[in-house]
Amino acid sequence: MIELSDYLVLGAILFALGMAGIFLNRKNAIVLLMSIELILLAVNFNFIGFSTFMGDLAGQVFVFFILTVAAAESAIGLAIMVTLFRNRGTINVGDLDSMKG
Amino acid sequence: MLENYLPILLFIIVGLGVGVVLLAAGFILGPRKPSEEKLSPYECGFEAFEDSRMRFDVRYYLVAILFIIFDLEIAFLFPWAIVLDEIGLFGFASMGVFLAILLIGFLYEWKKGALEWE
Amino acid sequence: MTNEAFETPNLLLALPEIWLLAMACVVLVVDLFSNDRDHGPAFWLTQVTLLGGIIITVSTQWGVDATTFSGTYVADSLGALLKIGILVLAFLGFAYSRDYMRDRGILKGEYYMLGLFAVLGMMVTVSAGNLLSLYLGVELMSLSLYALVAIDRDSSRASEAAMKYFVLGALASGMLLYGMSMLYGVTGTLDLGEITAAAAELDDRRFLFLFGLVFMMVGVAFKFGAVPFHMWVPDVYHGAPTPVTLMIATASKVAAVGLFLRLIGEGLLPLLESWQHMVVLLAVLSLLIGNTVALVQTNIKRMLAYSTFNHVGFILMGFVAGTPEGYAASVFYALTYAFTVAATFGVVLLLARKGFEADHITDLKGLNDRSPLFAFVVLILMISLTGIPGTVGFYAKWMVLKSVVEAGFVWLAVLAVIGAVVGAFYYLRLVRYCYFDKAEGEGPQPTGSGGFQAVLAANGLLVLVAGIFPGTLVAVCLAAFL
Repeated sequence: MIELSDYLVLGAILFALGMAGIFLNRKNAIVLLMSIELILLAVNFNFIGFSTFMGDLAGQVFVFFILTVAAAESAIGLAIMVTLFRNRGTINVGDLDSMKG
Repeated sequence: MLENYLPILLFIIVGLGVGVVLLAAGFILGPRKPSEEKLSPYECGFEAFEDSRMRFDVRYYLVAILFIIFDLEIAFLFPWAIVLDEIGLFGFASMGVFLAILLIGFLYEWKKGALEWE
Repeated sequence: MTNEAFETPNLLLALPEIWLLAMACVVLVVDLFSNDRDHGPAFWLTQVTLLGGIIITVSTQWGVDATTFSGTYVADSLGALLKIGILVLAFLGFAYSRDYMRDRGILKGEYYMLGLFAVLGMMVTVSAGNLLSLYLGVELMSLSLYALVAIDRDSSRASEAAMKYFVLGALASGMLLYGMSMLYGVTGTLDLGEITAAAAELDDRRFLFLFGLVFMMVGVAFKFGAVPFHMWVPDVYHGAPTPVTLMIATASKVAAVGLFLRLIGEGLLPLLESWQHMVVLLAVLSLLIGNTVALVQTNIKRMLAYSTFNHVGFILMGFVAGTPEGYAASVFYALTYAFTVAATFGVVLLLARKGFEADHITDLKGLNDRSPLFAFVVLILMISLTGIPGTVGFYAKWMVLKSVVEAGFVWLAVLAVIGAVVGAFYYLRLVRYCYFDKAEGEGPQPTGSGGFQAVLAANGLLVLVAGIFPGTLVAVCLAAFL
């Protein structure tokens, strides 16, 4: 039997992996996008877990909206990355340091 | 005041711990017997004829972006269709408005030439 | 599974948002089929939309207290006040930016459209009565702003700023959402009113509640740009086109106040003693970093970015008390600060011309010789930002300090006053450049259409008038909470 806590632990692990991906990654900006997506999916796990175990549908409705927003978010992220690549010729995260002060 | 942040600290420790342990476990426990066959790229049984790190045309991304947005909006149609007789004319009209807004977005990308390959 | 009866919502209550959405679509289509190279139709339609939005908001939402869309939308005086502020600020932003955007070849229809959608997102945020509508409002605002920062596609700096803003903003949204999921798990509802009720009668689930609260606080602090979650602010202010910086620095701050009040200030008021200390910590760090780092900045946009932290610290201090008076002080502070900063960016935009950004502090040298009117405007703005008695900035600071002292945090008030004195140095330095220094090279040249100059001068003088007669605005802010 899968308990609610199992869902929450899975969600927490995914969330932490996403966080670690954002902060440890120094190479490729695409990885940042994937990490952000991972964070949102971790939250979805939480919502679905709670929703199922409480018998309340609102959480699953929320998940629908998060999925849509995540799609829009990655679309904008990709678009920004394309402009970045056009201007810089690289999407290396370590190179994002032209402004100081 | 600081004890309020204890959960966060625990959380970060657990998160980092899991990440490190998984990577380390794969590194230490996984058997490694590299051979030429194993190291060569596998492509449906063909000999690899191109570098797998080839660049994709940026236009693929554009199509993917446009697809993913319109694709996900469809997800709202399914629950709506199931409860259509409960939500009545108002519910029907709401979806009409929603689709009209999507249509405007579609009009925009069409007119901007985002759908043209060349 | 609960199956709530489907009720037809009262659309009239949400009229401001509906109007804005409909008009944003109209602007999009009109601009798509117009051949005007200056995007005149889009510009005028946008300004009409914003002004119409103000009228609709005042007439349908001020003094009302009702919910619609099954409780996801709240129409009340607080929302109305913040919305009016956001709409006016957006109006100013668009009015100031036309020449700047045209000179740089980035005057596009998308600028107006994305701006309108960002405003719509802010309006939804400040009117949210449910975690879902709150989240959607925040995301609509943030996504539009990410795209606006990158609107100058050929600028390497702008795209870098957009990338940073995007990654950290998305991270903040993730944090906010994670906290929301915890809140949902503990209370079993997304409705903010029911969450408040549940928070009042906590039992053994307190730990999970606090866990969620910490995450939400981090997310909100990111959106505010409060230290230590401020990394994106200087680079985004610096890298984005100045009109977009104006939008982020003004309207989105007001929306962040709404976000805090809806989610934590009112939604989790029963947990005041738990989040009070976190807010104090954020305020103290913001005051410290803001004042020290702003001293050494030579770029006006970066200086304003760091000095923002100082003001964010003040706004957060108003929340500390958790009383209606404190909240009213924060709202008053945020609104007056946003109007002052909008005019400051307006002056930078006025002096900018093709190929010249006018964003270095020495670019103001000798402004009094070229244009006494705008040198005087700069003088008003800077003494107001400093908080010298007799200006609107002083009343705002005084109200906040009063609420903090009443809550028993005298040391915090003292720290804030010291911060304000330090702030005088970098604000008044600009005044010195305007009045006592000779222009270098070409010097500042106010350029811009008559309408732009008139609105900017009016904006500056309104700041002056608000300092002389602050009573009305204070009364309005207090009324929004009673």
